[in-house]
Formats: sequence, C-alpha cells, structure tokens
Amino acid sequence: MYPDSFDYYRPDSVDEALALMDEHAMDSPAILSGGHSLVPTIKSGLASPDVIVDIGEIDEITGIEEREDHVHIGACTRYSDVVGHDTVEEHVPVLEEATSEIGDTQVRNRGTVGGNIAHADPASDLPAVVVATDATIHAQGPEGTRELAADDFFLSVYMTSLGPDEILTGIDFPKLENGVAAYEKKPSPSSGYAMVGVAARLEFDGETVSEAGIAANGALDRAVRLDAVEAELEGSEPTTDAISTAAEAATDEYGADEMMDDIQADGAYRAQLLESYTRRALETAVDRR
Amino acid sequence: MTEFTEGESIGDSMERREDLELITGHGDYLDDLKRPGMLYVSFVRSEYAHARIEDIDTEAAEAHDDVVAVFTHEDVEAAGVPGDIPQIYRVPNLTETEHLLFARDKVRYQGKPVAAVVATDRYAAHNALDLVDVNYERLETVTDPVEAANEDAPTLHEERPDNVAFTWGTGDEEAVEEAFEAADRTVSFEYENQRIVPNALEPRGALAEYDPYDEQLTVHTPSQQPFLHKTMLADVLDHPERKVRVQAPNIGGGFGSKSMVYPDEVATAFCAMQLDQPVKWVETRGEAFQADEHGRGQYVEAEAAVDEDGRMTGLRVESTADMGGELGSKGCLAPSTTFGLLLSGQYEIPAIRFDSTAVYTNRTPTGVYRGVGRAEAICTLERLVDKIARELDVDPAEYRRDHLIEPDQFPYETGLGSTYDSGDYEKALDKALDMADYEELRERQAELREEDRYLGIGISCFIESGGLAPSSLSEMFGMGLPDAAVKSSYWESSTIRVHGSGEVTAYVGTASPGTGVETTHSQIVADKLGIEVDDVSLYEGKDTDRVPDGTGSVGSRSAPVGGGAIKHSIDKVVQKATEIAAHHLEASPEDVEFEDGEFYVSGAPGRSMSLQAIATESQVATELPEDMEPGLEATSYYDPENFTWAFGTHVVVVEVDGETGEVELLDYIGVDDCGVQINPQVVEGQIQGGIAQGIGQALYEGAVYDDNGNLLTGAFQDYTVPKTTLMPDLTLDSTETPSPHNPLGVKGVAESGTIGATPAVANAVVDALEPFGVENVEMPMTDRRVWHAIQDAEEGS
Repeated sequence: MYPDSFDYYRPDSVDEALALMDEHAMDSPAILSGGHSLVPTIKSGLASPDVIVDIGEIDEITGIEEREDHVHIGACTRYSDVVGHDTVEEHVPVLEEATSEIGDTQVRNRGTVGGNIAHADPASDLPAVVVATDATIHAQGPEGTRELAADDFFLSVYMTSLGPDEILTGIDFPKLENGVAAYEKKPSPSSGYAMVGVAARLEFDGETVSEAGIAANGALDRAVRLDAVEAELEGSEPTTDAISTAAEAATDEYGADEMMDDIQADGAYRAQLLESYTRRALETAVDRR
Repeated sequence: MTEFTEGESIGDSMERREDLELITGHGDYLDDLKRPGMLYVSFVRSEYAHARIEDIDTEAAEAHDDVVAVFTHEDVEAAGVPGDIPQIYRVPNLTETEHLLFARDKVRYQGKPVAAVVATDRYAAHNALDLVDVNYERLETVTDPVEAANEDAPTLHEERPDNVAFTWGTGDEEAVEEAFEAADRTVSFEYENQRIVPNALEPRGALAEYDPYDEQLTVHTPSQQPFLHKTMLADVLDHPERKVRVQAPNIGGGFGSKSMVYPDEVATAFCAMQLDQPVKWVETRGEAFQADEHGRGQYVEAEAAVDEDGRMTGLRVESTADMGGELGSKGCLAPSTTFGLLLSGQYEIPAIRFDSTAVYTNRTPTGVYRGVGRAEAICTLERLVDKIARELDVDPAEYRRDHLIEPDQFPYETGLGSTYDSGDYEKALDKALDMADYEELRERQAELREEDRYLGIGISCFIESGGLAPSSLSEMFGMGLPDAAVKSSYWESSTIRVHGSGEVTAYVGTASPGTGVETTHSQIVADKLGIEVDDVSLYEGKDTDRVPDGTGSVGSRSAPVGGGAIKHSIDKVVQKATEIAAHHLEASPEDVEFEDGEFYVSGAPGRSMSLQAIATESQVATELPEDMEPGLEATSYYDPENFTWAFGTHVVVVEVDGETGEVELLDYIGVDDCGVQINPQVVEGQIQGGIAQGIGQALYEGAVYDDNGNLLTGAFQDYTVPKTTLMPDLTLDSTETPSPHNPLGVKGVAESGTIGATPAVANAVVDALEPFGVENVEMPMTDRRVWHAIQDAEEGS
C-alpha cells in the first residue's frame, strides 16, 4: 500500500477524539477503528485523508456489557470478542452468528462492530442485524450524546444519519426474550461480503409469532427492514407454507429494479436470493425452537 | 487413497527439501533483496485502453525532491537500444508489431507502461506518478476479438489494419470435409474459453544492477526461465549476452506468468543502466491484475461429424483468440501448437482440422498460463463429446470408452502433427468410474430428480503434452532462422559433479516456481548414484552464472526434460566411474556392474569399489586408466525426442439448487497417469493445485472488461480465485504407464489437473441442468449465470 502521507492521532477518550476532530475539521478527518473499512479504501486510492483519528484504543467505548433488557456493545469491540461470547450468544444470538461469518479469522481479529455499522457498507453483515433486532445506536458529538433508532440509521451506500462531527460510541441490542433468530448469508465468492444476507428474529407467544424482526443487507443500497415479511408472520404460526408465503412477500416489497446491480449479481438475481435467503433464515430460526 | 512412502528413492514421498527455509520465513523473495544506493521505480501506466499520446509532461515529477529521473520512450530511442520485445514462438505468417518498453505514440490496453519514475524511496516513486501529465486523445475501443476482426473495427496496429495478428492451422481439411459430407448427423458446440488472471501469490518484479566498468548487467527477477530472460534482455537492450546475468530468488508461484518477458522488467534494467545505480521494481497487486499477461481468452466453435453408428468421424475446431493490445513474448503459443496438436484427445477420430485466428483487442496481452492451449483443446473436445452423447442419448462414459485409443495403437499419430508416446486410457477411466461408483451415482441422480433435486455428473478424459519440447517444435516456430531473437530449442542441460569426498553437486537448468523440483531432482541424483540425498546439493538454473546452461520450468518439463538431462549426465559419470573401477579391479569395464553406490565385478560381488573411492581416485588422479582425464563430472544437453503424454480421467459430482442456481461441488475423483512418479506426494500436490485452478475457470474466475476496455475485475474483491473454502475434498489415485522415450519413464504432470478439471466441472453443471433443457452456461458458471440459464430455459419452453 502506498498512501499519501497523513497526520495520525490516537486519543485516549471520546472527548479527546471529538476535540481532535473539531481541531482538524477543515481537513475532514477520517476515523480509524479496526481499519477494515478505511484501510481498503485508502489502499484502492478512493480515500486519501490528511488526518486520521484512531479511536481503536479508547477503553470507554470498547467491550461487551449485559444490561437490563439489552446487551451493550462498545463501538470498538472487535468481532473476535463478540464471536463465542457467552452473553451475546445467549441474548443476541443473531449478532454472534452474523459476526462469526464476517471475513476470516484475521479480519475478525481486527475489525470492530462500531466500524462496521458506521461505515454502512450495504453488503456488510451487521446492518441487517441492527435493524432486525431493533438496536439503538449511541452517538457522541460536540452537542453531546444522542440515541438513533435502527430504522432511521442507514440511509444509503456508506451513508448514515451520523453527523460528520459525531462518533458512534456503542450499540444496544435488545435481548431476545422468548424467541429464536438466525442469519443466512449468500457470500460473494470473491470478497466474502453478502450478496444478500437476511437476519430473522421471531418472538413467540405460544405457537404464534408475537413479533418478527426481519431485515436484509446486500440486496439494496442499505440494510432494510422487510415489513411485509414481518406482517405476514406476526400473529400466525410459522409453518412451512407460512414461511414460503412470507418469503415471497420480501420481493413484493422490494423489486428487482431497486436491488443493487453489479458484476457479481444483477437485480433480478438478487431478488431471487432475497426471497430464497429470507426463507432459509426463517426456516433455520424456526428449526431452533 | 494414495499411500505415501517416506524414503528418498525414486517413488518415495520424501518431504520437500526447500520447505524448511520457506516456511520459517528465511527464504528471500525479490521484495527482500536490498542493495546499497538502491533506487525504486514505479510505472505510469495507461489509464485508457486505446488512445493516442499527444504529450507527456514529466517536469513536475522530475522536480519532486525524491525523484531521480523519469524515463519515457524518447529516452529509450535516445539511448539507441531497440526497446522492443520480440516474439519467441514465431508462426509462419506473423507480422511482428511493436511491444515496446514504453508506449511510443499510442496505448492499446489499460496498464501499458508510459513512463518510469525513479526515486530514492518506493513511496515517493509511487506518489510521484500523479505528477507525470500524459495528454491522451482517446480512440474508439474494441474489446471483443470477434468484433475486432470485423471490417469496421478500429485498427490497433497500422501494420495489421485487419487486427489479425496471425492465423494458424493444422490437420487434413479435405478428409474433414469428406467426413462431414458422409456424416449421419453433426453436433456443434460454441463457447468462450474465458480470460484468466494468473494471480501468482508473489507479484512480479526486478532488481537490476549495472556495473559500467565491466558492462555487467545483473537482473534479479522471479523468472521461470532465467536463461530466456538473459537472452531477451541482451536482445532488447542491445547488450552482449555474455555480460547479462539473471538471478531468480525464491519464486512465489508463476503458472507460466513468470515465463514471459515483460516491458516493465526490461525497463527496470534500462533504468539501472541509464543511472549506473541499482533500481528495483516490485509490482503491486493492482498492477499484477492489469499487466501480468492473462491466460486463455479464446472463442471456440467446434463441430463433429457423427456416422450412423454414432461414431465421431470428423472434427472441426475454429478459434478466435484474443491477443490483447500487443503480442506478448509468447503470444503465438496458445492459439497454435499447444491447442491444435491435442484435439484428438484420448480418442480415435479419423479426420480433424484446427484453424485459429489471433486477433488484437484493447485488453491486456495474453500469454501462457497453466494448461496453455491444451486446456482449451481438451475443454472444447470434452464439452463437445458430452453434447454428442446427450444428443445420441447414450451414457457419456460409455461414449468415451467406445472411442478410446487402445494401448496397442501407441505410438499413435493424430494427423495433427502430434504422436502420443504411450497410454492405457481405459484403465484410468475404469478406475475413476469405479472410485466414483458411477452406476450408483446415475441411479441416485434419477431418484433425486424425482424430488426436484439436481445432481450433475461430469467426466473428462484428458491428455497433457508435457515435457516441452522436442527441437522439432522450435523448427516449427522458426527459432533457427537468422532473425530469431531466441535461437534455441527447449532442451535441458545438467552437470553432475562428484567431489573427491563422494558428495555430489548437481546443476540443472530448470527454475521451479515453488513446485518441489529441488526435492525431486535430488531424489533422482541420490537414487541413480546410490548415495544419500543429504550428500547432494542441487542448483537449478536460477543463476545464469552458476549453472552452465538451461531452459527453465515451463510446460510441465522440469521432471521429464530436467530429469532426463540429469539422468544423461549420471549415465556419463557412471560410465567413467565404471572404467576407473575396472582399472582398479583388474576387470574389463563390460564386466563391472553398478548398484547402490558400489561398482563390482559381475559374479564376484566381493571385488568391488565404492563411488566415493572412485571419486577420490578421479581427483587424486595418480592411478587412472591411461589417457583418462582427472575429475568425475559430466554435462549433458538432453533434447527429448517427443513430448510426454500424460493422461487421466476426472469425475465430478455437483448439485445445483434449482431455485437459486447455486452450484455445490459434492465430490471430485481424479485418476492421473504421468508414468513413473519420482515423488508421489509432490505429484499429488501438483494435481491438487491444478484442479483448484481448473475449478476456478469452470466456476469462478474470469477477467471482465467494460466496453471501454476498463478491467472491472482488477482486485481480489471482485475476482474470485478458488479459495480453500470453495474446494471440495479430492479423492485422487493414479495408474502408471511409463513414457517409453523418457530416460526415467516420467511424464510431465503440472498442468494435468487444470486441463482435466475445467471440462469435468462444466460437464457436471450442464448435466445437472439437463431437466431444464439448458445446453450450455458460459464460464465461469457462477450461481448467477446458472440461475439465469434456468430462467431463460424455462421462459423459452
């Protein structure tokens, strides 16, 4: 890699990081956490930041913590710390499952949960999990802290509702109460990113689905909630037929012309994958009851 | 399946000698080499696929603090050197077009070097590239070779307004016409054998040093053919060949891509000679995608004449080959002999004709890549044979069996200019079918289809012409003509030197890119001289000043041709040692026999002398036979009389998801026959790697360009190489039919896996799709393409 020269800062606190970003605001500083979004962008020549603020060593936004009705994941928590983590496995299993399918061991040893979500690559695996679980995203900026709802967070390719002067500090993932969940992904054979990935969360009341959280990444320019699929499932028993009907609803809501179209998968194929992987995710989840 | 033995003799699977250094991180690759005062060069490469260069402004780059110099074509002209890389394999009707170090007035593919920036540090060299201002006038682009051959296509080289680089053909046209006239039916198959990016793990590069006082040029480069690089550097830079030395450090893979001579490598040497300072260039991965010559890239139309009994009586194959924007140094090879000579495959086909048209396009030049030409030939034939069997509604395995050349038909002349040395094709076919439990598989396939599950079974029966090459091939390519750049054949050279201690140093001209040859060559020496491998030092032709002469490691030649050269030198050493032994044992040389390092008088094993004792005698030289020179050393040049013709049968089982088009590789069975195996574990490693690349072409790989000639698959992010996670388990076994003409009975095997795997996998996918009526899916048969093929077939029906 042959980057242009840049100034590099490694603050110890979020306040210090924010101050640095303010100080270098004119240079549009880039935030570095695990380096698995920013570094490839620099490597391919698409970004050439003059200032890099490395937040990867800030303790206060690193780590996993079980709180009352949710599990808090600090932004700079590495994938490898999430994979196999007892609390995450027990209470937010779909996060653990999706994280275990990101990249390979080397990638998971470096990449961070917050970096993944803030980067908002539509083919990343965690955005669908954030939406399907109704997670809450914490951000901190010059004006203080704020909480962002999952549904309002992902706007478009690499675009979120985070301000340019804000840092994503952590995510609250609600605990799965009386339900099951699954993440099914069609990885690109070259990059390993999701051509389509579907996160499914089903809460039950007896044999009936009381609440469904179904979301997909890879298909559109952002992670999206599959409202129509959720509506099909809620209030009914997830039989094989019901699951098929629900999966078909995925493409009623989002057509092939809305899907991403690239050399690996055109819109029509992505639409097929969306339906098939929605069904697989639902089947896998239901099998886990 | 294969059980490996641990000894060190021929046939044993001793561990690779070269691995300890490499896996402990002690082996030097090009990027590890440093010299005092070393400069770094980076190349400004054409961003457009077809454009006229109006102006190159180097001023700003030259003004950069760390930049030492910027070179362009003007500087090469001013230096008075040719700077034009010639074609090595010249077909008869070739008009040579320019393949310059730097573009002169036109660029014809994205990635062509336009200027070199030399700086004191590699970051500066790279970052100063943007300071070179190249003014282009863009020209109309043509990326498809079939379109490029059309009359209204833009012209790339003025000398060839039709964009045709050359045409080539072989076989009996008249006999083929007769076969088609008499045919009961004809079956045709048309497909693209797509471009592959070679993707060696280590990219290319060069470190050039020039000593102006003795005019010595030394170039370190990971070359599979250092002696070829030496000859070509001398030619292109107009420098005395005897003053060029090429050294290859460890080579991190090549697959043929490091056997061509490229503009950037020679330009690095040019920079060093201009500056009298060491200059180093290490390719980036992005450059490797664009600038390493691609493999394959042939558009093939094949047609078979079939008689009323269903037998193939004639075959006609026409290829339009995509040469890219310039003819690479080995560009003529893939669309000519390597393709045409193999079209009979394992079958008796009475009349065959092959014709190719090689066409310039605005894409990266194509060259040799593992399986070159042979892979295209066998893929074409095996796909066509499957299609014929399908149309005749006969089992594809049995259809193949009916056409196999029988063991007693060897040597078998194909009528294409090739003669197969030996083979027992049915034995390998039977073994593979047996291992795959073929009949059971077909039953399971029928059952699963009832449940809308789509199992596919694919077979390929293949041959590989390894052991490049008898000198007759060089004659075909005019390498002996006065104006040939490389006046040489593909013999191999070796020297065996027995020291006074009895230890042996062996020199051989191969230059293996990580294929285990240091081990297998050492095994040959130890086995044939009856000594320990630990007493053998083996130097390959990776330093043109250490090893007397050589050709290199390409075309599956290291074992058969390199090994053959070693065997010939050993024979000479043993002959001399026999005379010394006879002298000491007071016997006639005819009565002295040699076994396990001991020379003894026939019938009197007590009267013996060790090789070590003879070696000492040869050096002390006080009691040698009259008129005998001291020393125990021999050099040989081995010119093989034919290629070696390895073969085998591979059987692949896939399941296709009818809903998503996803292809799952369930099973892979391979039976290979490469004659005598020096080290079965090394052989199996070669076959495994070859299969991975063959699977890659069938399912995953392919260079994709847009209409403007931009490479869209220019990074691993977008270009799928067959990763371990994409590989099925391989069940491999072998049969052994020795080569009758090779001194060791071995046949080259390095490309067999690649040749065999692609059609086997492709046939399996098409077989799985039979219920949908899908006849072909263009390669790579990605899930997306398979899904679309199913959709199209369903819409069409």
